[in-house]
Formats: sequence, C-alpha cells, structure tokens
Amino acid sequence: MTPSDSGPQVRLHIVSGKGGTGKSTVAAALALALACDGKRVLLCEVEGRQGIAQLFDVAPLPYEERSIAVATGGGEVYALAIDAEAALLEYLDMYYRLGRAGKALDRFGIIDFATTIAPGVRDVLLTGKVYEANRRRDDDGTPEYDAIVVDAPPTGRIARFLNVNREVAGLARVGPIRNQADSIMVMMRSRRTAVHLVTVLEDMPVQETIDGIAALRESELPLGHVIVNLVRRSPLDEPARKAVLDGRLTADAMAAGLGTAGVRHSPELVEGLLNEAVHHVERLELETEHAMTLDRLGVPLVHLEQLADGVDLGGLYDLASALREQGLV
Amino acid sequence: MTGKARTAPGSRRRSRARSVSTHPVAGASHALDVDALIHDDHTRIVVCCGSGGVGKTTTAAALALHAAERGRRVVVLTIDPARRLAQSMGLTELDNLPRPVEGVGTPAGGSLDAMMLDMKRTFDEVVEAHAAPERAAQILTNPFYVALSSSFAGTQEYMAMEKLGQLSAQASGRWDLIVVDTPPSRSALDFLDAPARLASLLDGRFIKLMLAPAKGPARIFSAGFGVVTSALNKVLGTAVLRDVQTFIAAFDTLFGGFRARAEKTYALLQAPGTAFLVVAAPEPDALREAAYFVERLTQEDMPIAGLVLNRVTVPSPGLEAERAQAAAERLDDGDGDDPLVAAVLRVHAEQARRSSREKQYARRFAGSHREVPIVAVPALATDVHDLEGLRQIGTLMAG
Repeated sequence: MTPSDSGPQVRLHIVSGKGGTGKSTVAAALALALACDGKRVLLCEVEGRQGIAQLFDVAPLPYEERSIAVATGGGEVYALAIDAEAALLEYLDMYYRLGRAGKALDRFGIIDFATTIAPGVRDVLLTGKVYEANRRRDDDGTPEYDAIVVDAPPTGRIARFLNVNREVAGLARVGPIRNQADSIMVMMRSRRTAVHLVTVLEDMPVQETIDGIAALRESELPLGHVIVNLVRRSPLDEPARKAVLDGRLTADAMAAGLGTAGVRHSPELVEGLLNEAVHHVERLELETEHAMTLDRLGVPLVHLEQLADGVDLGGLYDLASALREQGLV
Repeated sequence: MTGKARTAPGSRRRSRARSVSTHPVAGASHALDVDALIHDDHTRIVVCCGSGGVGKTTTAAALALHAAERGRRVVVLTIDPARRLAQSMGLTELDNLPRPVEGVGTPAGGSLDAMMLDMKRTFDEVVEAHAAPERAAQILTNPFYVALSSSFAGTQEYMAMEKLGQLSAQASGRWDLIVVDTPPSRSALDFLDAPARLASLLDGRFIKLMLAPAKGPARIFSAGFGVVTSALNKVLGTAVLRDVQTFIAAFDTLFGGFRARAEKTYALLQAPGTAFLVVAAPEPDALREAAYFVERLTQEDMPIAGLVLNRVTVPSPGLEAERAQAAAERLDDGDGDDPLVAAVLRVHAEQARRSSREKQYARRFAGSHREVPIVAVPALATDVHDLEGLRQIGTLMAG
C-alpha cells in the first residue's frame, strides 16, 4: 500500500501508539492537516483524558461535537470526547426509544455495569459512536464530516479495541449487540479506514509497533502509516559522528576551537563537551538502528521532527504541514 | 593537557556513567532519598505508578535490584516488561510464579525474585481457590467470565492488586520488600479504583435484579422492574441476558470474598510500610499526570514517598546555551576551519536548552507540590535491557 493509492480516499483515521510517543499530538495535527482547504473534520478521543482540550488550550470537552480550530485554508476541526455512559444512553434512545426505561436502567446500575464491567461492551459503545458520526449525513445526503480522526487507545490494546467482533463474540452470538458489532467491523475493515501507529526511535515503542502491525494484520484491520515522531535533527553529520566516536576530535583540538570562538575554557569543560558529544552520537547510532528496523518492515513511513520548543498550538500547525508534505493527507 | 590524543585513534570512545548521581530540582523543598527509603526495614511495599512510557517498569526493576544488592530480600512484580528486560531478569515464561533472578550480587545477604503478572491465571486461581470444584468449572467456562478475566479494562489493575495481596501474605520469611509496577492504565489510578468499582457494583441493585428470578419474588423491585427487564431483553437479546444471569448467579458466592480482599489490599496500600513512588518524565504531559496521581493518592490517604523524574537531561556544566550557540556561529563565520567544534558546541547548546525547558516543567510541578520530594535520574545514552543497565539506573537513583 502506498500513500498515493490509499491516502486520498481514507475517511476514518485511527491513531494509536505507545504511551509517551505523542499519539494525541499526532492525531490533532492530522485533523488539522485533513481540514485544510475548507474540509470539516471530527477529532475524537475515547480515553477520557481530555488530551484534545489541553492540546488546543480550550476548556474540557463535553460529550458534544464542537468547533475547536480553524485550519489553514478555512477548514474546521470539531472535537468530541466520547464517553461510554453517555454513548450508551444516546444509543438506547436513538435505536430503541428507551426514554423512561433508559433512566430506569441507569437507576438500577445497569449503565454502570454495561460500561465498566461487561467486557467488550464499552469498546462497542466507543467505536459505535465513531461509526454513527461517520455515517451521519446532512439533509442533502452529503456526509457531515469529510474525515474523522480518532485518538485511539495505545498500541498494546489497539487491535482488541477495534476488533469489537471478537470482543463480543463469546457474549453475543446473535442479537442487537452482535448486529451493531458487525456493522462496526465492516467500517473498520473498509478501504476507507486507516490505522496509523505512532512511534519514536526507542527500543520499546519500536517493538510495540512491530507487535501492533502483526496484531492489526491478524485482525484484518487496515494499516495506514507508521508515524515516526520526535525525530531529532543533529548538528553532527555522518563523518563528524565517526570523528567523535573514534576519538579523532582531541581535547586539544576542542580547546583550540573554543579558543578561536572566544570561549574561556577549563579542561573540565572540554572533557564535558566531548563526553556530551559521544553520548549524543551513541544515542543517534541507536536511533539509526531503530530507524533501519522500521524501514525493513516495508510499511509506509512518515517522519515528524521534534519541535524545538515543545508542542504548542503553532507547533501543531507545523506538524500538520509536515504530514501534508509527506503525503499522508 | 599535553598534545596527546585523549583516546588512542581507532578505539571507540564510550561515555561513562555520569558521576552526577542525583541533582536537586529547584523548587522542591527536599530531595527524595531513595537509598534511605529502601534501607528502612519498615518499608515493606513500594508501588511505582505513573503514566505510560515514563519508565515505570525499569524504575521498579532497578529499585528492586538495588535494594537486593544492599541486603533486602526482594520480590518485584512487573506487569508488562520490555522483552529484553524480561529476558535479562529470567522472566522468559509467564507462569505467574516468582523466580530467582540470576546474576544478582548477594554478599550483603539480599536476594531478588521477579515475576510477571498473568492476569487471567491470577483470576482463575482466585476462582479455583474460593469456589467448589463444580461451581468453579461452571464459572471458568461462562462466556462472561472468559471475557471479564481476559479483557475487562480494570481486570489487569484489579489482578495486580490481588497478586500484591497474595505476595504480601506469603512474604513473611521469604521476602521483606515487595516492589510493584502498575499497569499503564487508561485512567491513571485504575488500580486503586478497580476494586472499589467492583465492590460498589456488587452492592448494586443490578446484581440483585439479576439474581431476583433465582432468589424469589420480583415484587420487591416493583417500581420499574418490568420496564427494565423488557428493556434488557430488547437490547441484549434473551440469550445474552441468560448468560449474564448464569454468570452472576455462579459468581454470587464469590462476590463477598472479592470485596473483602479488595478492601484488605486497599488497607495494605494505606499502611505505614507502603511507599508510593510516582514516576514521570520531564515533559508537560507526564508531569500533569504525575500531579494528578499525587493529588489522588493524597485524597485516598496513600503514603507518597516522592517523585522519580526519569531521563533528565544533564548538560555538561560551565557553558550556557546562548554562549555555546554564539560561539558556534563565530566559528562558522571565522577563518578557522573548525566545523566539528562548532557542531559539538551546537550539540551542547541543544542539550542546555532542553535542560532548561525540563527544569521549568519540573519547577512548575514542584511549585504546586512542595511537600513531594523529588529525585532526578539522568538519561542514559542507551536503552536499558540488562542487569548492568538496571544497576546503573539504581545507582543514579539511589546513590
């Protein structure tokens, strides 16, 4: 699958990644990128973290779609924090018209049971809301959103989260829950859905990405891109790295250079700077190894550089442009 | 220095462990003394919690190894260790039993056992231990139980606490310190909430409602009962409803025991011999989560020992970022041909800038949580996946 033949037609983007890799940031940037040129995009979160509100610096989101950002070229990003309990009540009302009975279920603690204890049901509800938003149409029949981005659970749980069929298989072989799960699976496995995995160039996240790809394949879920986040640009080019590691940059040369630059230096400072450079190159070498491991996977990759001053709203727009430039959108 | 090269040409230079062991974070009222914590015989349980990706498992393992090599008899319960780290600790099979870790220094009289949590097996064992054989078999094959024990969002947390309770009960004579890693939860403190949630559910009217047909006249639920069962039938379908009822009926006898043990484990966590270490990375998200952890733990009367700030950038001292940057630019502009020195200066400027950013995040945390002692652990150049790496982290953390 190459970006050009899968990119333009994908409507539903699921973004996963190991904790600490910046998947919420990437999901937000992707939503901004998709909203360019006047598109309407819905960005959903499902873990109750209020990560979207923090990224866009707005008040905590309710269970309600609201506009949170305008993209370059006039498009709009809407955000929704999906809450399983609210989704269940809404679902009961929408499909079963259970106005009074819905409240009675709540009083009996059934809503609580269904969303916290009854396994699988929670994920059916969360993905079910995405399903509903995805198929919603305006009066004239056009989809309400041009694209939907889901800030999904981490890589370790993503296949299980999306494969709601298997989750409820043992519980409901027939009946309404099963039917709902089946419809969701059709959407999840469609060519218009892509699951993106965010990683950084470290041991565990790369391993989890490999495991995640295998789990998606096994569940026949469509892999989109692997997004390598927080890539560091180094001031040292390849020959410089070698020179540092091989000890060819001597303390004397370093001291002389500092002298030329007008920096007062002690042997400790020289030693410290050289050590720091070695430390830096060792890290880079390790990152290169991880990058090669990812290359060998043969899946489409996208790279996002680490923002110099951490992530702020402006940074999100920069990441969005980077995603567009690399053809993810 | 003389004109000799620092290192013979061709030999690859490797950075040594930093001599900086702990460095105080401005704004914290006091530094966290990890060594004193684990040397204190009163410390019986250390719980490492924090958001995903901050190095919780590594911290737990490093702390356990450090304590063992200083004479404590330690067992460490890990939840989901990186493969190579698990292998290095001999955790090649997931059999839910603590096993001795090879290669631990024992001259101080300590020992280290490690285990990886198998959540389903732990749950099965609880069922087998507390239900009659036929009843247990009935529960173990119920589809609701199978799903609950293998994928319920809180099961891992709940079973981690269950296992902690078991280890604590078996500890006497075998271990004098239990170090626990916590699952990377969807919401930060699920391991505290899961038992309470289960308990509250078991007291709930839903369970009574589900048991009602088996236990007598439904008339006690006069208001709304008919509406509710018909709604349930409509939504779940009769087959699912029957499974739920069978599951709950079969589980009924076990529920009391679950609640009692959940409460006992909760009390164990609040006990004076327990210490919570909140683990974070020097990033806004992780520290925000850490702040939330601290607040929740305080509310629940859980004893917080302090914050472990992992992977802190420690630039070499004596040259500020701006000056390094300016010097690099002077070298670029000048006639001297020193691109390598300029690049090294840029590496330093970057490190120094990153470090001030991290300090600012840490100060923000410390400013609003003055009572929480902090220890900063410098970042290593390489990933940790063997005992030597853990030992290094332990030394950096505990001195």
